[in-house]
Amino acid sequence: MNRHLISAADLSRDEALLILDTADELARVADRPIKKLPTLRGRTVVNLFFEDSTRTRISFEAAAKRLSADVINFTVKGSSVAKGESLKDTALTLEAMGADAVVIRHSAAGAPHRLARWVRGSVVNAGDGSHEHPTQALLDAFTIRRRLGGGREAPAGAADHQADHQGEGLDGLKVTIVGDVLHSRVARSNVLLLSTLGAEVTLVAPPTLFPVELGGWPCTTGYDLDAALPKSDVVMMLRVQRERMNAAYFPSEREYSRRYGLDSSRMALLPQHAIVMHPGPMNRGVEIAAEVADGPRSTIVEQVANGVSVRMAVLYLLLSGLDPAKATTGADR
Amino acid sequence: MPAGLSASVGHKSGHKPVLDAADIGRAVTRIAHEILERTRGAEDVILLGIPTRGVPLAGRLARCIEQVEGRPVPVGSVDITMYRDDLRLRPARALGHTDLPTAGIEGKTVVLVDDVLYSGRTVRAALDALNDLGRPRAVRLAVLVDRGHRELPIRADYVGKNLPTSQREVVRVLLAEVDGQDAVLLGASPAAGTPGRQEGARP
Repeated sequence: MNRHLISAADLSRDEALLILDTADELARVADRPIKKLPTLRGRTVVNLFFEDSTRTRISFEAAAKRLSADVINFTVKGSSVAKGESLKDTALTLEAMGADAVVIRHSAAGAPHRLARWVRGSVVNAGDGSHEHPTQALLDAFTIRRRLGGGREAPAGAADHQADHQGEGLDGLKVTIVGDVLHSRVARSNVLLLSTLGAEVTLVAPPTLFPVELGGWPCTTGYDLDAALPKSDVVMMLRVQRERMNAAYFPSEREYSRRYGLDSSRMALLPQHAIVMHPGPMNRGVEIAAEVADGPRSTIVEQVANGVSVRMAVLYLLLSGLDPAKATTGADR
Repeated sequence: MPAGLSASVGHKSGHKPVLDAADIGRAVTRIAHEILERTRGAEDVILLGIPTRGVPLAGRLARCIEQVEGRPVPVGSVDITMYRDDLRLRPARALGHTDLPTAGIEGKTVVLVDDVLYSGRTVRAALDALNDLGRPRAVRLAVLVDRGHRELPIRADYVGKNLPTSQREVVRVLLAEVDGQDAVLLGASPAAGTPGRQEGARP
């Protein structure tokens, strides 16, 4: 493993599978009477959130606490950042406090990359602007593998079944990611990670919501959702990010919903085994209809639970080994 | 992983066989009988193997007890990686599998099963792991090889073979389920600085 997790592209297939396999084992901790492991006792994880977030921050906090790490939450409101402190000065403050890992969310793409040069601890990207969100991609891959791994549906709640997926990729699975690709860090990280794991990714969006340059992405693209659905094993709906839209990307929400929203009539086009995912938070009635989001083939709640297991795996693999400050080489690339 | 190293490699690098397949079979059978004897029929016994090679050993003991008593014994595994005291001395490790019988360990007699007993630190970690999983009535320890050099006040209740060793030596247990053959090998330690993960060299 690298010392940091900045981009889904940094992960080789073996590293990604190691994270998923580790998460598979750690998921069982949630079923135990004592949901805690002593592994990261005495280590400090700082949640540095420059952007609003509920599930990601809470998920990282729960993951770190289950591994017995100390968690310091740092949000912009009420911090010196509101007084104009720079990212670097904030980083040096955290460094002085001895943070072993910094989980950062920032509105600027590349902020975690910069931060990684200023702190000695591990940096985990929890979303930087419209760039990347690697732990979301990992939890999505984990959810897909649990539901569809090995080409069969795992019966819900069968604990013994989960071990069967160890070491398995997502080879041959067809994943369709729909919606606001332009503003989505989730889309980019998922395209990179899922293709590393062998899945075939298709992006479907209105022409205005595609980035200008998609040449380097390992995926195919399309504008017609109805044509893509019948051959999809997984449909991942993206949130329409109104807060990042200062221009009109489509005529109206109603029209977007008609052409790119997932409702029950479109659900009928999907194969029987296909699952519906959404990274949350949802705009019910815009990109996804309420009855689809709450339906049995939706994994939205499962994704949140899996997020804790995957983030535990990431923190464990980044932090449990050699102390990065003492390690010379080998632990870091 | 040592699973990739066949015994022939071991022999070439000067490893001396201490137990062969028949010896291991006899030792497992004897331990199974001892467990039955001391627990009076293994009524409330659960066998928990410590990955990697404790798990197939626990399975063998369970089959052996079942043959004698005609009644299955619950068997599972308990991974101790997250409880190790040397996590920060080496790169992060992949996790083994924890798999408890559905009835749990509450109020049962747990027999921990491992291949080699050396410093006792693995068993210490296993005891901590059990502590988080429930409250067994008693915990016993069965090992195939006890090579001495304890660093903690821990001893085994059931021992396949007491093997006097020097700390420079390495004990390797090979089991058919993992390594394709059964053998216990004793050899000189690998060259200094090699971060070997030999079972016997485990701290």
